[in-house]
Amino acid sequence: MSLIEITEVRKSFGPNEVLKGINLDIEPGEVIAIIGKSGSGKSTLLRCINGLESINSGSISVAGAQLLPDELHLKALRLKVGMIFQQFNLFPHLTAGGNVILSQAVVKKTPKPEAEAIARQMLDRVGLAAKFDAYPDELSGGQQQRVAIARALAMRPIALLCDEITSALDPELVGEVLAVVRSLAAEGMTLLMVTHEMKFARDVCSRVVFMHHGKVHEIGRPEAVFANPQTPELKQFLGML
Amino acid sequence: MTQFTLWDIFRNLLLATRWTILLSLVSFLGGGILGLILLFMRIGHNRAAQFFSKIYVEIFQGTPLLMQLFLAFFGLGLFGINVPAWLAAGVALIAWTAAFLVEIWRGCVESVASGQWEAAASLGMGYLQQMRYVILPQALKIAVAPTVGFSVQVIKGTALTSIIGFVELSKAGSVVTNATFQPFTVYGLVALLYFALCWPLSKSSQILERKLNVAHRNH
Amino acid sequence: MSYHFNFGWLLVYYPELLKGTWVTIQLILIGAVFGVSLGVFCAWVRALGPAWLKPIVSVYVELIRNTPFLIQLFFIFFGLPSLGLQMGETSAANLAMIINLGAYSCEIIRAGIEATPRGQFEAGASLAMTRFETFRYVVLLPALKRIWPALSSQIVIVMLGSSVVSQIAVEDLTFAANFIQSRSFRAFEAYFVSTFIYLTLAILLRLLLKFIGGRLFQRKAAR
Repeated sequence: MSLIEITEVRKSFGPNEVLKGINLDIEPGEVIAIIGKSGSGKSTLLRCINGLESINSGSISVAGAQLLPDELHLKALRLKVGMIFQQFNLFPHLTAGGNVILSQAVVKKTPKPEAEAIARQMLDRVGLAAKFDAYPDELSGGQQQRVAIARALAMRPIALLCDEITSALDPELVGEVLAVVRSLAAEGMTLLMVTHEMKFARDVCSRVVFMHHGKVHEIGRPEAVFANPQTPELKQFLGML
Repeated sequence: MTQFTLWDIFRNLLLATRWTILLSLVSFLGGGILGLILLFMRIGHNRAAQFFSKIYVEIFQGTPLLMQLFLAFFGLGLFGINVPAWLAAGVALIAWTAAFLVEIWRGCVESVASGQWEAAASLGMGYLQQMRYVILPQALKIAVAPTVGFSVQVIKGTALTSIIGFVELSKAGSVVTNATFQPFTVYGLVALLYFALCWPLSKSSQILERKLNVAHRNH
Repeated sequence: MSYHFNFGWLLVYYPELLKGTWVTIQLILIGAVFGVSLGVFCAWVRALGPAWLKPIVSVYVELIRNTPFLIQLFFIFFGLPSLGLQMGETSAANLAMIINLGAYSCEIIRAGIEATPRGQFEAGASLAMTRFETFRYVVLLPALKRIWPALSSQIVIVMLGSSVVSQIAVEDLTFAANFIQSRSFRAFEAYFVSTFIYLTLAILLRLLLKFIGGRLFQRKAAR
């Protein structure tokens, strides 16, 4: 059984069908890049896997946890998959440490000293041990995104969803975030990322998914997908870059 | 004891509502004029006038309307005039309304971006011209919704004039209650009448504000 | 004008003023704490709460915001006993102020909640927090911070508005002024002094709220 199973998922916003029957199975430890034009449904797919969007039909399950629209099932699912956002979405009234502690304390009822120890450990892992007491607006975009990664990691997810996590960053800050993701991949974390960083996708990912018009248009190992695209749409997309 | 029908009660209250409406109109218009004068003092270049306008707002926004009514009632009496309740009510409400309108309008003038002043100045306009042709037309548009919204506070404020003996809707409510011993019905009706006056104004203020916000987003 | 101001009565009547001032302070403390709590609850309902509760809260908010406080007070004190809800004048005043501030603060706080970026709700959700946990731990404090000045002004307005509770014989500051003017026949001076006390209270209350805001939204280490 695969870790993440996405079967015939359809999703519409009003009359506009954004996902038109997506099938994708992801094995533990895989690193998958989702590429495609804006509007191809790649971010929506990611948001569906985390239950931020409901699906119209089909099924999604993560390590046996089914995506169902009630709070209990959503919680079970979200405990297994973490999500990193384009805009970081750190909590502005909490320090970096506070951001990482909060959901452990609230959701998992982890005792405060233990949650704090885990927070320090996670911030250390993303290279920000010294910023424990800094507030989000005192950090650079790259640092904020690394705190967001630490925050998601502290919940001990078995997979991470990354939604264009470097798109809002100044170019010189992209590297530090990708370095963290690269180390997570090396440690065996299952990653599913929507990205525009083609070089990163080629170097780190085990598979690349090209989405077009709400469907998985092409899928394969990065060297195959990038070097030898099978469809004119993918050729055009890669040529556009 | 005579028996009062619901209609008797309602008719009496309705008649008194005229005075609530009249007093509200007078207060709002008078307060608007006084408020405008204070606004120009506040945003003008004369330091003393600015200070006066500021202190005026502090005092009238920092003290209860009821106290202002008492002071008008007894204060005007010090001049040896026999003060009728309507006069004290009008004077106090005008003074109180002005204090709130100045602050609302000042906020609107200040919300016009400073770039507008600079642009107007760069075109060689003097202070008054900048004000007249560039700032005020923009501020006016922003001011409509909160000004309509504040008219609701004025109507509700008139209820306090019943305490110094002006016979309007609230006073009529007390009088009718004392005659009928039906406080629940009477005050319920009084509340509904106030609601009928205020709610349309509240709603239009909200709608105007939403319209303005939409218009701004499209720019 | 041949009137001579006379504040000599102050020596005799200052205990009344002090007592009245203390009652006014108690009224606003109780009104503010419970009124704002009610406002937070109602704001939660209107912004994020269950659909069946929303219309009830909307009607409550609209009714209160569009009728005078004096009439709300009279309705509670004189009107409710005919439904068997009898209460003392202080309880009626407290209840009226809580209900009044609850409605106004509901709208103010709701605006603060609705200004929350969507990403904050999504971040909370993605960390497996329930909608309520996200509201409680992520949304509420920054929302309150956003609207604290407006909320503070409203609390001051309600404090000043409390002067009408003297009309149902609550012995507040205004009641004291009325009492003094009826005894000393120094009406203008009595109201002048009590108005001055109200002004001082308003200034102090604003400072207190600023202080509370500073503490509430203070940046502190997460330990």
